Amino acid sequence: MNSSSEVQNQKLTSQLDLDLDFEFDQPSGKLRLRDLLDISPTLTEASGAIIDDSFTRCFKSNPPETWNWNVYLFPLWCLGVVIRYCFLFPARVLILTIGWIIFLSSYIPVHFLLKGHDKLRKKFERYLVELICSFFVASWTGVVKYHGPRPSRRPKQVFVANHTSMIDFIILEQMTAFAVIMQKHPGWVGLLQSTILESVGCIWFNRTEVKDREILTKKLRDHVQGAENNPLLIFPEGTCVNNNYTVMFKKGGAFELDCTVCPIAIKYNKIFVDAFWNSRKQSFTKHLLRLMTSWAVVCDVWYLEPQNIKPGETAIEFAERVRDIISVRAGLKKVPWDGLLKYSRPSPKHRELKQQSFSESMLRRLEEK
Amino acid sequence: MGNTSSMLTQYDIEEVQEHCNHTFSQQEIVSLYQRFCQLDRNGGGFISAEEFLSVPEFAVNPLSQRLLRMLDGLNFKEFVAFLSAFSPRATLQQKVEFIFKVYDSDGNGKVTFSDMLEVLRDLSGQFISEQQREQVLTHVLEEAGYTKNSLLGLSDFMKILGNNGLKMEVEVPVD
Repeated sequence: MNSSSEVQNQKLTSQLDLDLDFEFDQPSGKLRLRDLLDISPTLTEASGAIIDDSFTRCFKSNPPETWNWNVYLFPLWCLGVVIRYCFLFPARVLILTIGWIIFLSSYIPVHFLLKGHDKLRKKFERYLVELICSFFVASWTGVVKYHGPRPSRRPKQVFVANHTSMIDFIILEQMTAFAVIMQKHPGWVGLLQSTILESVGCIWFNRTEVKDREILTKKLRDHVQGAENNPLLIFPEGTCVNNNYTVMFKKGGAFELDCTVCPIAIKYNKIFVDAFWNSRKQSFTKHLLRLMTSWAVVCDVWYLEPQNIKPGETAIEFAERVRDIISVRAGLKKVPWDGLLKYSRPSPKHRELKQQSFSESMLRRLEEK
Repeated sequence: MGNTSSMLTQYDIEEVQEHCNHTFSQQEIVSLYQRFCQLDRNGGGFISAEEFLSVPEFAVNPLSQRLLRMLDGLNFKEFVAFLSAFSPRATLQQKVEFIFKVYDSDGNGKVTFSDMLEVLRDLSGQFISEQQREQVLTHVLEEAGYTKNSLLGLSDFMKILGNNGLKMEVEVPVD
């Protein structure tokens, strides 16, 4: 098990090398002083990374093009601002408040009164969660087009989707009550997570705890086996990306569970608002407020054909294949980086691969006459 | 929110262009400024080592530590001057000078055997033994007419590297 995953990692990191878009001029001929002193390829690669790199591009939120630049359009834009902030926003807050009142006044009784009748209670709670999500979506005037067969409740299946913002979850949840794996957040979001989302069967993890992984995998496996549980939704990128690119899917979790993987592709139309949640730049509350003061959130959701791991395919290859399917459908470019590099440095493996290839080339040329 | 904290004025652009000897066009300087602000996340006016290392493509580069020493604390003008060696408009002289500066870590204008050994160590890592590195370096130095104790200057580097031209160019993306 260990050696094959090592080989897999090797293969993947050489893929990384190739994807880095830079071709080493394969030098040949006897080794001379010039060859040792000429570090220009390595320097060029480093400067290329300083000037522009594919990883940072994944998290760049492009400011929208201003169209209010002349004397006719400016008043129109001002009118738009007034309508958005003074009419739409209060109306939306009202809708959301009504939604919460309805939700809480139904959820709390159902949760406590139907304690004994679990099946019925779960059914109601599921419906109520879908309802409050619909209210949320309405509060940003979400125009969502769903394509493909709706997810069904069957055991041994897992849903995966690309990740742009926490609203991905809400948009999908309004159609089907999924159970989801989430990072525990602080603040009011955390409160929601620990109360309401518990009922649909969410699973928590902590990004920083590595030991967590085994416990997590077991929890996932158990969940997927149960026919009564809500279908599981996982965002294998592990972080929010700006909806122009996809970062590498984590093989652990969705792709090692020995079950069918159903890909979901989500593409936001940036015409009214950019739905990318740049968690480094703003809190979720600010992000929601921004959405609620724009005209609409427009997106497409495609439920794609379920995939099974092919014989002889490793979990990493399976994950990449599914990422390919999603990226093609949503028109996203693939990038060979792990999303968690946002929070940590790359492993020394990558650098060592470069050092190894340099050393081999040098020693080979030493032998030449 | 936008990603530039302040806009460059025409004066600023021209000043930077002067400083880098016109190796970059004005549009390229504007792009580089956007990039600088994007990397300088805390807005301190210079990019810290942490901020550079947050670019994974840079962090995996074997020479990243050496380059970080040269990049430390540079403001935007100096940043552009640093990158000027990689512009297609840069002369061969400028490129060789840059490589020389990477080797000459103490900045005394002379590159020693140990300087060259250090760079070789960064590039080859654990895959070649220290002894073998010294051997190979000594061998090629002697073949080129130098010895282990020779101190190489910029003119030596020009002689060694300047013959076949140097491929060291990066394109600055311009919107």
